[in-house]
Amino acid sequence: MDVESPGAPMREPSTSGVGPAIRIAAAGERQAAERTERETVIELQDLSCYYGSFRAVRNVSLQIKKQQITALIGPSGCGKSTLIRTVNRMNDLVPGYHTEGRLLLDGQDLYGKDVDPVAVRRRVGMVFQKPNPFPKTVWENVAFGAKINGYKGDMDELVERSLRRAALWDDVKDKLKQSGMALSGGQQQRLCIARTIAVEPEVILMDEPCSALDPRSTLQIEELMAELKREYTIVIVTHNMQQAARASDTTVFMTMGDDRAGYVVEQAPTVEIFTNPRNQLTEDYVSGRFG
Amino acid sequence: MTAMTTAPGAPVRERFEPALMRRKFTGTIFYGACLGAIGILFIALLMLLYDVLSRGLPWLDPDFISGVPSRRPERAGILPALVGSLQLGIIVGILTFPTGVAAAIYLSEYAKDNRLNRALRTNISNLSGVPSVIYGIFGLAIFVRALGFGFTLMAGALTLTLLILPVVIIASLEALKAVPDAQREGAYALGASRWQMVKGTLMPAAAPGIMTGIILAMARAIGETAPLILVGAFTFVTFLPNPIEGGYTVLPIQVYQWAGRPQPDFQGISAAAIIVLLVLMLVLNALALIVRIRLSRHIQW
Amino acid sequence: MTAQGRPLTRERPFSERIIEALLFAAASIGVLTTIGIVGVLAFETFEFFREINPVEFFTGTVWSASIRPFAWGVLPLVTGTLLVAFIALVFAIPLGLLSAVLLAEYASPRLRNVVKPILETIAGIPTIVLGFFAINFVTPNLLKPIFQNDIGTFSALAGGIVVGLLITPLIASISEDAMSAVPRGMREGAYAMGATKWEVVRKVVFPAAVSGIMASVILAMSRAIGETMAVVLAVGTNPQLTLDPRESIQTMTAFIVQISLGDTSQGSVQFKALFAVAAVLFTTTLALNLISNRIVSRFRTAY
Repeated sequence: MDVESPGAPMREPSTSGVGPAIRIAAAGERQAAERTERETVIELQDLSCYYGSFRAVRNVSLQIKKQQITALIGPSGCGKSTLIRTVNRMNDLVPGYHTEGRLLLDGQDLYGKDVDPVAVRRRVGMVFQKPNPFPKTVWENVAFGAKINGYKGDMDELVERSLRRAALWDDVKDKLKQSGMALSGGQQQRLCIARTIAVEPEVILMDEPCSALDPRSTLQIEELMAELKREYTIVIVTHNMQQAARASDTTVFMTMGDDRAGYVVEQAPTVEIFTNPRNQLTEDYVSGRFG
Repeated sequence: MTAMTTAPGAPVRERFEPALMRRKFTGTIFYGACLGAIGILFIALLMLLYDVLSRGLPWLDPDFISGVPSRRPERAGILPALVGSLQLGIIVGILTFPTGVAAAIYLSEYAKDNRLNRALRTNISNLSGVPSVIYGIFGLAIFVRALGFGFTLMAGALTLTLLILPVVIIASLEALKAVPDAQREGAYALGASRWQMVKGTLMPAAAPGIMTGIILAMARAIGETAPLILVGAFTFVTFLPNPIEGGYTVLPIQVYQWAGRPQPDFQGISAAAIIVLLVLMLVLNALALIVRIRLSRHIQW
Repeated sequence: MTAQGRPLTRERPFSERIIEALLFAAASIGVLTTIGIVGVLAFETFEFFREINPVEFFTGTVWSASIRPFAWGVLPLVTGTLLVAFIALVFAIPLGLLSAVLLAEYASPRLRNVVKPILETIAGIPTIVLGFFAINFVTPNLLKPIFQNDIGTFSALAGGIVVGLLITPLIASISEDAMSAVPRGMREGAYAMGATKWEVVRKVVFPAAVSGIMASVILAMSRAIGETMAVVLAVGTNPQLTLDPRESIQTMTAFIVQISLGDTSQGSVQFKALFAVAAVLFTTTLALNLISNRIVSRFRTAY
């Protein structure tokens, strides 16, 4: 599962990993054993992303495994956000944006002819860096996505279920009619997660979901992610290496090349990336030598 | 090398004459002038109110409000004009709301940034500067004559709708622009189509600004006189108007008709009609404020 | 509601297409209105010029549309309009600019909360009320005491004063925007050299904001030219070519109202004259607005 940048040297195994910040060993080994049995949900095949004539991301080939947390790390500006927003076709909103290569969800090309971005986003959800709840009540926030997608069942029940799974129910159960924007930052983000899962997507994309939150809320979200991965596949962009090391199963390291296009350097189980990366650039990044 | 006229070490400051006192004094004078300007404006406003109230209040009684115009000032009333203004305001509001908001939504959310759409925007900005009489003339030619509405309230309402439409569009555009992009993205990310995003997220978020703009535009329409004169609002109406059939008048026209008579009594009832008009506009402004507060109770950006 | 069951291809619902078409139609009303106005004015003016010689219209110095012998020189109406507008600007420019300086440079939040409502209230007064004010207060209480017998019940001055009141908020608010847009850095540079507040305003802010201020004046002039009800009561129905503000005159807008209040039949030359005068009015205000917009867009991009 490694993608090496052409010409980069293979490195020797390291004796000094990114030590105590990582919970390693037991979890990692178990995952290594399970890894081969997971199916691929999302596959990127030689994908490049362009803003007009400027290539922002170059030739990415990746596989995202089902019901795992895949972290996308790398220095700022290397195209992580561009890549993740390509997966749910959010970048379609940017004039002049286009892609080359293929992006498959369960084997179907999301950028194929006749594919409607609206339909894509019903299966791939997104949580944003800065929590953006609607100026509606908590209840309406959660129900919004379900209503648009024509949910016919009991809405109250769906709202409660989603809030419980987002670990927010106890906080808001008697505040359902209050404004969603009146919650704290961490609560707002969990509200955004609740409304995303109310739509029952397959994949949840998270673009630096904790960078605007305090450490305690960050930990709460990470615990929530560990719960959520039992049902959903999660891809998270983060510039916080410790977070990637703590929370993810697989890590993808990207960086910016000399042509200012981002590319994937290495993809591997998290444990390997942080203790024994195969690429020198990766080791330099995770040990803090740049970025 | 020129000889120094002052000994080395002597302060150079003496070569400057800051005249600080004088300069500050000048500054104070101009500050006073600024305050004076505001004072003059304020006094003018007060004089206007005083003049209107002192002339009009003696004539303002329930009979005045419920009566109809008459050749004798003591028996004159403004009911037809009041009803006409209310009917006009409501119809104009109903016509402007969907059209103005729809146009603003198109320009803000659907239109790509190309020459055609930029021209549309400039055009609307130009229309907002066209004198109101011109709209009256246009209404006369199109609504009254070409489309055959005749001298009816509907023709007047259509004319005024065109007059205030640019104002409503511009106000709505501002309100839409004030909604952060993150809100739109949040809706799209949940699988909303453009229209679902507009209807479910954008319009509720922009509602305070949009509704305020519409109500204030209605207030302005109620205060308009010239365009309605041109499309045939009558100046002596003793019956209550029916919007489809002919014959109506509105408060400003009644004011104008009475103010044109030299007798002081007519000036008095004209002033009384002005008071009613101003109260109506005050009510609308207060309504706009209430609506804004109520609709933005959830909004925090 | 399994995710995998949802198809990725989606026929864009017909209803969405209809909605977009409706929205576009609404946005096009503006263009249709402009075309309509230009068309109507052009057509009827052309009809007017079939009866009346355009040279007489544009260069004649006598206008008499209702009283025989008829005369169709538009200049008296134009000078009447410009005279009123000029008087209005004489009052509005100093008052408006001083208010703008107050708001942009000196005002504390408390003072702002007093000044802004005053300006907004004045801007919101229906123009007929200003006309009433002109004949019932300005003429008897201000003009008569000063000019005594040199001024009549109708005068350009009375109309000009109240129109000046009307357009002051316009000058004030646009000029204030222009002054506030001057970057803080420029002011701070001057302060740091020991300039007093007034000097900073006069020598730094004003020159930097001058294009915005000019734009506001032009826009206000356009507004004054197009104003009807505030002048129609106060200036009279006496079109004459004069620059004396104490005279009674007639503006283009007042003439238009006068004709439509009278008994004029559709095909008559008076009726067509209405459109011709309106065409002159429209072109003048449009030209001024375009000039003002051009200046505004230039100053917006200057920083």
